[in-house]
Amino acid sequence: MSEHEVTLTINGEKVTRSVEARTLLVHFIREDLSLTGTHIGCDTTSCGACTVLICGKPIKSCTMFAVQADGAEIETIESLAAGGELHPLQEGFWEKHGLQCGYCTPGMIMSAKGFLAENPNPTEDEIRHGISGNLCRCTGYNKIVEAIQYAAEKLQAADAGGE
Amino acid sequence: MPQLDDRKEPHSELAEGVSARVPTTDEVQIKTPEKICGMGHRKKRKEDPRFIQGKGNYVDDVKLPGMLYMDIVRSPYAHAKINSIDASAALEMDGVLAVITGEDLKAAGDLHWMPTLMSDTQMVLPIDKVVYYAQEICAVIATSRYIAADAIEQVYVDYEPLDAVVDPFEAMKDKVIVRDDKEKKTNHIWHWEAGDKAATDAVFKDAATVVKEKLYIPRIHVSSIETCGMVANYNKARSHMQIYMTSQAPHAHRTVFALVSGLPEHKIQIISPDIGGGFGGKVPVYPGYVICAVASLVTGKPVKWIEDRSENLQADSFARDYHIEAEMAADKNGKITGLRVKTLSDCGAADAAANPSKFPAGLYSICTGSYDMKAAHVEVDGVYTTKPPGGVAYRCSFRVTEAVHMIERMADIMAHQLGEDPADYRLKNFIRPDQFPYKSPTGWEYDSGNYEAALKKAMDMIDYRTLREEQKQKRAKGELMGIGISSFTEVVGAGPSKDYDILGIKMFDSAEIRIHPTGKAMARFGTKSQGQGHETTYAQIIAEELGLPSDDIEVEEGDTDTAPYGLGTYASRSTPTAGAAAVMASRKIKAKAKKIAAHLLEVGEGDLEWNIDRFEVKGSPDQAKTIQEIAFAAYTNHPQGMEAGLEAVDYYDPPNLTFPFGSYICVVDIDKGTGEVAIRRFVAVDDCGHIINPLIVEGQIHGGLTMGLAPALYEEIVYDENGQNLTGTLADYLVPTAVESPKWELGKTITPSPHHPIGAKGVGESPTVGAPPAIANAVVDALWHLGVRHIDIPITPPKVWKLLRDNGVTD
Amino acid sequence: MIPAAFDYHSPRSLDEALSLLKQHAGDAKILAGGQSLIPAMRFRLAMPAILIDINRLNDLRYVEERGDHLAIGAMTREHALEDSSVVRRSYPLLHDTAVVIADPLVRNQATVGGNIAHADPANDHPATMLAYNATAVAKGPKGERTIPIDDFFTGLFENAMADDEILIEIRIPKPAANSGGAYTKLERKVGDYAISAAAVQLRLDGDKVAEARIGLTNVSAVPMRAKAAEAELVGKSISDAVVEAAGKAAAAECDPSPDLRGGVDYKRDITRVMVKRSIQRAVARAKGGK
Repeated sequence: MSEHEVTLTINGEKVTRSVEARTLLVHFIREDLSLTGTHIGCDTTSCGACTVLICGKPIKSCTMFAVQADGAEIETIESLAAGGELHPLQEGFWEKHGLQCGYCTPGMIMSAKGFLAENPNPTEDEIRHGISGNLCRCTGYNKIVEAIQYAAEKLQAADAGGE
Repeated sequence: MPQLDDRKEPHSELAEGVSARVPTTDEVQIKTPEKICGMGHRKKRKEDPRFIQGKGNYVDDVKLPGMLYMDIVRSPYAHAKINSIDASAALEMDGVLAVITGEDLKAAGDLHWMPTLMSDTQMVLPIDKVVYYAQEICAVIATSRYIAADAIEQVYVDYEPLDAVVDPFEAMKDKVIVRDDKEKKTNHIWHWEAGDKAATDAVFKDAATVVKEKLYIPRIHVSSIETCGMVANYNKARSHMQIYMTSQAPHAHRTVFALVSGLPEHKIQIISPDIGGGFGGKVPVYPGYVICAVASLVTGKPVKWIEDRSENLQADSFARDYHIEAEMAADKNGKITGLRVKTLSDCGAADAAANPSKFPAGLYSICTGSYDMKAAHVEVDGVYTTKPPGGVAYRCSFRVTEAVHMIERMADIMAHQLGEDPADYRLKNFIRPDQFPYKSPTGWEYDSGNYEAALKKAMDMIDYRTLREEQKQKRAKGELMGIGISSFTEVVGAGPSKDYDILGIKMFDSAEIRIHPTGKAMARFGTKSQGQGHETTYAQIIAEELGLPSDDIEVEEGDTDTAPYGLGTYASRSTPTAGAAAVMASRKIKAKAKKIAAHLLEVGEGDLEWNIDRFEVKGSPDQAKTIQEIAFAAYTNHPQGMEAGLEAVDYYDPPNLTFPFGSYICVVDIDKGTGEVAIRRFVAVDDCGHIINPLIVEGQIHGGLTMGLAPALYEEIVYDENGQNLTGTLADYLVPTAVESPKWELGKTITPSPHHPIGAKGVGESPTVGAPPAIANAVVDALWHLGVRHIDIPITPPKVWKLLRDNGVTD
Repeated sequence: MIPAAFDYHSPRSLDEALSLLKQHAGDAKILAGGQSLIPAMRFRLAMPAILIDINRLNDLRYVEERGDHLAIGAMTREHALEDSSVVRRSYPLLHDTAVVIADPLVRNQATVGGNIAHADPANDHPATMLAYNATAVAKGPKGERTIPIDDFFTGLFENAMADDEILIEIRIPKPAANSGGAYTKLERKVGDYAISAAAVQLRLDGDKVAEARIGLTNVSAVPMRAKAAEAELVGKSISDAVVEAAGKAAAAECDPSPDLRGGVDYKRDITRVMVKRSIQRAVARAKGGK
């Protein structure tokens, strides 16, 4: 068994902790850092409830060891409205009723954030494939797709306004 | 069966419901302005800000000082004798505090067995033998999740494998007895009947056409994205047990815990915090919960238990598992005259279904569906097998899904057999609008309906006749396209106290509303949202009734210390029961408010009339008192002799169930090469009476449709001949993603419930009930000309492929 | 589901990784993307005593044409293949494959080298690399060596590398003119392992098939080439009958096991269909279509 010191930046804050090598990143985030917005829904890398961004890319934090994230920049759902204002994705999920029980929602939003960063103007089919690593049992996905479309439009408009 | 004629309406003085014959409309009623946001408004949900910011509070988020963790050793056999359990190595590990076995529970007061909701018994932890794969053997309590996981590997169990019995028909032969703890050495549990056998037999004798089919509705699993779990926190000094639990029915669970453990009920607090989906899977009491509570009692410390997904899929209650033989009779005009059904219900190792006590097969006798027929007879037998127990709903009201699948398949087979168009055939056989309230041949009294309107609307939306033309042309070219219809009738909102109870507790539900001096309100309920949006819906109902802005109403559920007693949320019962209680409590408040307003305005009560949010003096509306002014006066200037305060509680006992309905049409294209079924379009027209929040209702329908798609094409719990679950992870239990789920197209009709005080019906489960036969009917419709009459769900590519190749179709 | 404890090393260079591997030969396992290994460890189906995490070997991340081949660093994330313009433009079979591996989140972490080195016949890259006639480059204490892909897969989860070697690169020959390829996969649902899938890479000479290689996914214990199917194509003009014959040959030569994805007859016939569809798309692409 080996213990390792891990230093990483999470939601803009630098943290250092000692962890056992086998500690899953999702447990590190939820239990060591008390950021419980990131959830766990399976044990086979199937559901995506644990999705976080690592250096801008959405990954499943249940399928990575915390020690591997040494030096990384991590964003979790808690970072999104850090300035007090909701992110367009959060707004979209609220406006379009893109959530019901809320359990898959943080993972879904983080997945969508990574997806829109690469594909800012997606088709509906691209969105559906883009979130195919995230399971939702409540919504039937229609309104999640609409929520992401809402955010895409809003982010595009903001980009256009900034130029 | 329920006899509804002699039932009195308990709330008749307050129930200003809608009249029994209401016309069907498709416009949502809105009476309140935006700032009040009562019924009919597409209000954004009040609960969402916490969820979209990662600030929900689910059971696994609960962290208490000194908390320990529990992990469970599970059986690798479906049926085996336990010779010994050696936990000594685990107990020697650093950080391991205790290992709890069946013997320990027995010593603690026979806690190794517990009653099920159906008054059967179920093992908490076994002493002699195990009866299903992944059954709980013993539990390890440790200082961390990781140590507990290591320790369960160090428990050595000596098993002597016994023959498993996986097939319920085999089980009926009693060669392997699952429950040898019982006096009667048989696997047969119960026999249940509904309807009139003699009348049905007579109808079949006279029939011009009879169709017969065997259908299997396979075992499936709700698999909410949050698994089940608990944090039990026993405080020895206070003799008080605080429990955080993934519970759809916290009050009922408190009573069960009190009865099982002997702890006094006032010393048990169950908190069901945010719940990550329930769908019926969080209704039963699982062994893990009991062990976790005992672990806290034993250690005197908080203990957390969170299931892994594989444990959830392998050991928690399943749904369905009905083997059905159905016959339908029709007269020479093709009119359906009768239905005869025999069903074998595979209960697993205990009858632990979550049904009302008097209904071992749930509300399955609703199976005559949307069709007017003379007679029906239904028989169901329950049988034990060496599989996990259960028989919970999967987003469905007590076995309605099985009933609807059967009747909608049978109606379709009959239509095809007679060479009639399945839509026209349904229109010809529907219960007509003027027949409501309709007494069904199995004893139900349908409250209201207009089946024709819903189907015609769906046909218009999808352009049904054009699709039939297209199908004809495609078929000529050898292409396989199918159109499937399902015109279902749901039965939800259990239920009237005369017939409905769970372990003796009547199935009312409750609301308590308390208006503060500044006109803001707190409302508490006996139900428990798992995503249905109660915080918003209930606030809108109260806003509608009292004129308080729905944003000024805080809705709270799930804490048994503060909420009024209720039976919880499942079977689409929250709006029919607790929603009605909210109306009734509001009306009680309004009655008192009127007295206060009369006092303030110095007029008689008879001179006042209600207008959205105020009492006005008739004829001079400028003389008025708003609900806020009245609330303030209730604490500062109430009439002498009247109690101060403005609050009310209501325990609503519904006079009948509600009968939502709808018509769904599905269009599929079949890949001749692979047998894949692609859903091209799916139109769903639902009627759930008056709509409280259209946004939320749409969301419920979308979600329900995807949970109808799932068992139709993807999901099934599969066991091998030894009773081992082959689909015990989400890698093999195929929950649909956004790619499998089509873009659902919704329509609605509105036919209010005549007995519900705001004319609403439940809706969360209609689509789960209605969607599978629409899909199955579409696939069979595509293949009927090849001689295919029926395909059991899930309709997987290998099944379709075999039918294609057997009939000489290839690519 | 919690993995058993292990010792962890995170080398900063390939040489350091190789020396750790040599030191712990037999006890150590390489952690690449981890998207197969970590779930296996969570179920304790894999309990390596030592993990050597090579995710910091950024030098092993590249996708670029070098001379006569496309060079893919073993630690290239699957996602980078999807994104690569050269892959998109000139290696449609590889692009087809990359976009159907698991899901987008997994592809952000999973690596090409891991997918191949795992030698799982259910993985998608092995069939594609067989069809491309790729070359694996392994490095060990004795230096680098190349292994033709036909020799790489030696058994179920077994490859031709020694215990002290690490897969560092995959080389795909640049397709000649008039070449085309395609990957067709049937899944139970999106992101699943294949029921069956076929990778086809071929070159046309006029109307005739000059060269063809076909790899199959998840229908054999070891990733396999459909050589009989290839033989049905080479030297012949493409026609429905020829394509059908190739599909049938593949159906006959594959060796699927019955499981939840279907029975043997079904998988064979689906293999026929997948092979046919890949040939048709490959031919269309060879003729300049998409």
